Amino acid sequence: MITRFLLQNMDGRAGVFLAILFGLALLVPLSNLLLPAGSFLHVPTSTMSLWGKYLCYALLAISLDLVWGYCGILSLGHGAFFALGGYAMGMYLMRQIGSRGVYGNPILPDFMVFLNWPELPWYWYGFSSFPFAMLMVLAVPGLLAFVFGWFAFRSRVTGVYLSIITQALTYALLLAFFRNDMGFGGNNGLTDFKDILGFNIQAQGTRAALFSMTCVMLAAGFMIARGIVVSKLGKVVIAIRDAESRTRFLGYRVDRFKLFVFTVSACMAGVAGALYVPQVGIINPSEFAPANSIETVIWVAVGGRGTLVGAALGAVVVNWAKTVFTSGFMAPYWLFALGGLFVVVTLFLPKGILGTAEALWARRRKPDAAPAAEPAPAE
Amino acid sequence: MNAPVPGQLTSSLLYLDGVSVSFDGFKAIRGLSLVIAPGEMRAIIGPNGAGKTTMMDIITGKTKPDVGTVMFGGNVDLTKLDEAAIANLGIGRKFQKPTVFDFHTIEDNILLALKSKRTVGKTLFWKTEEPQQKRIDDILGIVKLADKRDRLAGSLSHGQKQWLEIGMLLAQDPKLLLVDEPAAGMTDGETAQTAVLLKDIARDHSVIVVEHDMGFIRELGVKVTVLHEGSVLAEGPLDQVSANERVVEVYLGR
Repeated sequence: MITRFLLQNMDGRAGVFLAILFGLALLVPLSNLLLPAGSFLHVPTSTMSLWGKYLCYALLAISLDLVWGYCGILSLGHGAFFALGGYAMGMYLMRQIGSRGVYGNPILPDFMVFLNWPELPWYWYGFSSFPFAMLMVLAVPGLLAFVFGWFAFRSRVTGVYLSIITQALTYALLLAFFRNDMGFGGNNGLTDFKDILGFNIQAQGTRAALFSMTCVMLAAGFMIARGIVVSKLGKVVIAIRDAESRTRFLGYRVDRFKLFVFTVSACMAGVAGALYVPQVGIINPSEFAPANSIETVIWVAVGGRGTLVGAALGAVVVNWAKTVFTSGFMAPYWLFALGGLFVVVTLFLPKGILGTAEALWARRRKPDAAPAAEPAPAE
Repeated sequence: MNAPVPGQLTSSLLYLDGVSVSFDGFKAIRGLSLVIAPGEMRAIIGPNGAGKTTMMDIITGKTKPDVGTVMFGGNVDLTKLDEAAIANLGIGRKFQKPTVFDFHTIEDNILLALKSKRTVGKTLFWKTEEPQQKRIDDILGIVKLADKRDRLAGSLSHGQKQWLEIGMLLAQDPKLLLVDEPAAGMTDGETAQTAVLLKDIARDHSVIVVEHDMGFIRELGVKVTVLHEGSVLAEGPLDQVSANERVVEVYLGR
């Protein structure tokens, strides 16, 4: 049933996307580890980590596209779920430092020693175990999304109002995590990681493995999201996006369907955050900044809302552009470029890069093909 | 009429008694009482603002009445249920302005309406079985959209959307259909076809039709209820009702 669920209606676009991801997962680490540094095909470790970061953003973008592109829930707080997943991973990595910290305390992370905390707070228990930490990567964002969604969707909060409260949610978490008393390292956050699963986190091999893992998780996230949107549940969710009350009069409990996709999406964002933290080496409250969540919306809009692949593409393209623009003489103009990009896309490419490219492709093919039919219902 | 079965409060399918609702002091419905028998088809007419749409909102759970009884199937209090629960109970609604899912194909519109378990789990792992596919094909045939099944519903004409919505109602297989202005914006030919279709449906469903078009009502040939300012002004066969002085006054102005 699961295989059928994941593989139903495989189309060309999804196939190409998955092939690229698996190619990257294999070839980039191989090139990084085996080819000599001078070789033309060698991928430096820094580039690999940078692209690993882009791919984490791509997973975050896919999770946002699932709720925004398909269900019409414009979440301006998805960065919160990403950051919570990141913190769960960060807590695991902190516990792995052990007595190698600056203060050499075998139990307490450095910032707790610095703040004269006598013992580990209860909510840090268990994070020395990798499986438990991974469970929390899913459970914490998922539970927050579930509780938040439960109240918001049941009270039928929609549209701008919902966007505003998601924004408030991430802002509230930003303020909370800034406080030292919260026990998450205050404004410095969690950093100075040493090991992951016993491997040195700085080592080239570990970084290559993290990159591959990111590709695999992005592929997995994409397949789950795609499985959802092509199922009948996906059709219900699109129906909710386009005519919410009509869907309700058909007998669907709109709040439950929204809650389902919102929670799945939050878990996915949490995984993206967990993969992001070991690759960038730090997690701090600035990840909760509302601007981050808004940027994620821009990636999805640029790539093509409601296409999944487009969201991932948008995340990579915009972040690559950001890297180019924020280094060198163009650095002061990045925000203008980002703003300009959003305006251009909204005005001239309302379907995003992918949607526009596919429309052009379909027009070129049209003379010899019948009008493109929508994908058939699930076999 | 059958005597009420124990546990049932009435033998009627739908029973409204003394229902009132007001919005910001404006009484949209005042003391409305209406009884629909199982298998009955009823036409409801009334000038703009008579409370026709509000009445449908109350029956389908969109609006809660301030006072009054709304019972379905003899023992279910509709005022305590939400829209989804009422829809799953077997009350289908076609809106005045045709509301179909524009970005779904015509076939998917029917699939979404098709009677089935509406839970998250059931829809996530849904597989259309053969009898269900056959039912979808049948309905597409009845509403004459079989050849357009793969087109997006948004590309249909106004009249075709009305028919698609009727098809969606059929797919829901409700006990009671609420049909709001099915002939609005249709050509005369389409109107006549719609009347035939509705009469066909009424053979094994109870139907409430709200309509302005007198010709259409005449074609249906059923009992008529006239609403005015939120309550029933007259009830009976169309000829009798249209001979009523008050009705004429309300419709033509005084």
